[in-house]
Amino acid sequence: MRLEVQSLVVRYGLRVALNGVSFSLNSGEVLAVIGPNGAGKTSLLRALSGIQPAESGKMLLDGRDVAKLSPVERARWMAVVPQARQLPALFTGHQTVMLGRTPHINWLGRTLPQDEAAVHQAMQRTGTLELAERRVDELSGGEQQRLLLARALAQGSPLLLLDEPTTHLDLHYQISLMDNIRSLAHDDGLAVLLVTHDLHLVARYSNRVALLVGGELLSQGTPQEVLTPDLLSRAYQIPAEAVNLAALGL
Amino acid sequence: MPRLSRPYLLNLILLGAALILSVAVGSVWLAPAEIWQWLNGQGGQTAGTILLQLRLPRTLLVAITGAALAGSGAAYQGLFRNPLADPYLMGVAAGGGLGAILAMSIRWPYTLAGMMAVPVAAFVGALLSALLVYQLARRQGGASTASLILAGIAISSFATALTSFLMLNATGELRRALTWMMGGATLSGWLPVLAALPYVALGLGTLFTLGHALNVLQFGEEQAQQLGLPVARVRRLVVVAATLATAAAVSFAGVIGFVGLIVPHLVRLAWGPDYRHLLPLAAIGGASLLLLADVVARVAMAPQEIPVGIITALLGAPFFLWVLRRSKRGG
Repeated sequence: MRLEVQSLVVRYGLRVALNGVSFSLNSGEVLAVIGPNGAGKTSLLRALSGIQPAESGKMLLDGRDVAKLSPVERARWMAVVPQARQLPALFTGHQTVMLGRTPHINWLGRTLPQDEAAVHQAMQRTGTLELAERRVDELSGGEQQRLLLARALAQGSPLLLLDEPTTHLDLHYQISLMDNIRSLAHDDGLAVLLVTHDLHLVARYSNRVALLVGGELLSQGTPQEVLTPDLLSRAYQIPAEAVNLAALGL
Repeated sequence: MPRLSRPYLLNLILLGAALILSVAVGSVWLAPAEIWQWLNGQGGQTAGTILLQLRLPRTLLVAITGAALAGSGAAYQGLFRNPLADPYLMGVAAGGGLGAILAMSIRWPYTLAGMMAVPVAAFVGALLSALLVYQLARRQGGASTASLILAGIAISSFATALTSFLMLNATGELRRALTWMMGGATLSGWLPVLAALPYVALGLGTLFTLGHALNVLQFGEEQAQQLGLPVARVRRLVVVAATLATAAAVSFAGVIGFVGLIVPHLVRLAWGPDYRHLLPLAAIGGASLLLLADVVARVAMAPQEIPVGIITALLGAPFFLWVLRRSKRGG
């Protein structure tokens, strides 16, 4: 599977959120999208997942126009892991993950053994089986985040979009989540697009990095090519000597 | 996942008991044994007349109304992601009442066709109210309680004022609407039952198919769309179906408050938030609750009847305050 984004423009009223962004992503790759606040990272996710229509440009999945997909088709192609906040009261972990099967089950929500199997596998993969009967609104932020990853995996889509998935996690779970994500790309052949602020994890886990600034792509390439003092100091408007590459493991 | 046959069984037993009680209680007490005899074709003629002409149609109308109000209340709560959404508090019931009164004040033919037209007018009034509330109260993350209730108050006041004005000029048949508006199932006979049933069945039947969609919607409209739900279509269907059920209920039983608030809430507390089961369980429970309230309304000051809306308000208002407190604490 190949995602191809060409000259994407997204606008909220007069404000241009993305201005001519182009990149591609293949199965088996982890692409990290980084950039300062307001750079357009979230807008990119919203445009790809059909929440915010693009003003111009193209998004192609194996040549199919993403903008023309129905919600169900789109959900079969891509699963989104949103930031965990405001999960509804009373839902259990299992019920939450089962909602990932929405693009595969009928209107009435009748689930089949293969749906149960997909949910079980996704929960096993994310270490959330013991959360199956817990109430999601009473879980820690990290547990919620893992459940939302499980829900996305239960969707069984070849493209995985993650919105700052490590924000609520302590160091242990950050590492284990990122190990998990890398393995999903390298072993299971998913294409992973990851929006994050954590340059340390980017350096360690991504195959490629796209650096967004002010809605435009400042640079893209391997972590070694993008995470340079020059580029980072320009992107984040900090002195070049403040960028400590050794701390990033580079 | 708890086994789900038990909640249905419990609710149906409760409904059965409420139905029998409602048929049995009144100015003439009919023992269940008598009702059974009559059902077997052995009862006396008086009992038969009371049952057939008075008790059965009233009981069924009350049950249909309760099911419609609780089912649509549950659906509105799911759509707005707010436990305080309720056809009465949102002003949808009052808007429907105004529509119904308008239709009746133009012409009030006591025929099935004439009766069937009333819910259509009520539906127009209720739908306008529902859309207005939706526009005013909607925001990212569900409707805020304050804007939901405030919009409901404004719409209710407006619709009720117009309704009162229309009733000032009412004479004869339309006068009966006065007690009707207070929520007493005073329209008797089988016509209201037959006129309400298809609309309520269509509305509730549609809602029952939307349980999974409402489950997905609980995670917010963005996530719902990302999970593959055609959000705009689901939203329209829920509003139209819930409003249709409410309008049909209001048309023949008047504006009855709080059933749509109390019942879904209790069902959710007891058996969880899964809308695939919450909607039908709330509908069954709503029928039971309104039947019991109606029995109280008939018995409490016998031979005088209290409008059932007074009973549900006496129950519902404290319940509302309790839910409000809980939802504030929840953030």
